[in-house]
Amino acid sequence: MHELSIAQSVVDSVCERAAGRPVHTVRVRIGLLTAVVADSMHFCFDLVTEGTAAEGALLEIEQPPGAGHCRACDTDFTMTDLVLLCPCGSADVDITSGRELQIISMKVG
Amino acid sequence: MCGTCGCDDDDGAIGGGVRISVPPHHAHPHTHGHAHGHGHVHVETVVLEQKVLAKNESMAESNRRWLADRGIVAVNMMSSPGAGKTTLLERTIRDLAGRHPVAVVEGDQETLLDAERIGRTGCAVVQVNTGAGCHLDAQMMQDALTTLSPAAGTLVLVENVGNLVCPALFDLGERTKVVVISVTEGTDKPLKYPYMFAAADLVVINKTDLLPYVDFDVERCTDHARSVNPGIQVLTVSATTGEGMDEWYAWVAQQFTPAVADLAGGLPCGS
Repeated sequence: MHELSIAQSVVDSVCERAAGRPVHTVRVRIGLLTAVVADSMHFCFDLVTEGTAAEGALLEIEQPPGAGHCRACDTDFTMTDLVLLCPCGSADVDITSGRELQIISMKVG
Repeated sequence: MCGTCGCDDDDGAIGGGVRISVPPHHAHPHTHGHAHGHGHVHVETVVLEQKVLAKNESMAESNRRWLADRGIVAVNMMSSPGAGKTTLLERTIRDLAGRHPVAVVEGDQETLLDAERIGRTGCAVVQVNTGAGCHLDAQMMQDALTTLSPAAGTLVLVENVGNLVCPALFDLGERTKVVVISVTEGTDKPLKYPYMFAAADLVVINKTDLLPYVDFDVERCTDHARSVNPGIQVLTVSATTGEGMDEWYAWVAQQFTPAVADLAGGLPCGS
């Protein structure tokens, strides 16, 4: 249930920045290679915003897909899990997308 | 409720969380939810572009610096429930007596049972009960360190909440992360819980005394772990018989050698 802690961190940060103004929308980026489930985030967000300046705010989640770069064949490829394996067979792979866990912006006022 | 690790109730009840309090009124989907009371409202978009876990990470860095300044090595030990972490710790504490002062942070959702077990070894121990929480975080680690007040040069073994998903995401400020699995759990654990194995520095495969009785392939398990984390080290031990424990102690001793310089280089804001 780490989504609860993560939702709490998001809400703490946006409420601090909002400085008492009501928050209408919060936009976050959660890559598909993080172990964070979007549905659980929505559920937890609604719970932890209650009684805060972000109560009732809409949570928008961008989910960048997983991608890797192979140093052996110098190509980019899609990753659906964390297994570091290029279609060429090399395991010399850097994850280039999918591990994002960021608060992008919010609408306040 | 938790689609990833199933660590909460299906009915959505949150239970006794550590820091989360939910006001008693009902939840319903709002689209605005606020009575603004003004005819004209100026809505502004504020760009944040910050890490979600920035606060945890900054507190973890502060823990890391505090530990490094005192030459204390903290090892964050994670596993599923029942992999044998507490037994491994009990034996480690007894065998390392005289080599390093050892202190333990015990993380469990409820009870003092593990802290009592560790306490019987004579080791300094603090129990952190996370309630509904399924992992330790940097704030809990800081509170535990304040309570423990370990002496310089101490080995602090942190037994995280038994869970192979959530603890992987939360930096405590530890020197290193260890994932413990046991041979009764299945060779494919690293593929089923890749986030944990991607985050760890070392896998300890425990309960090797049971290898003759179970269908567990150490080599394949190692290959699976390295498919998500090519640099991960692997040790095989039996905390019950003592097999492989010397290699584990050698690994622990190594953690004291790179120490401060190497850690300071990793800090975001320099000195």
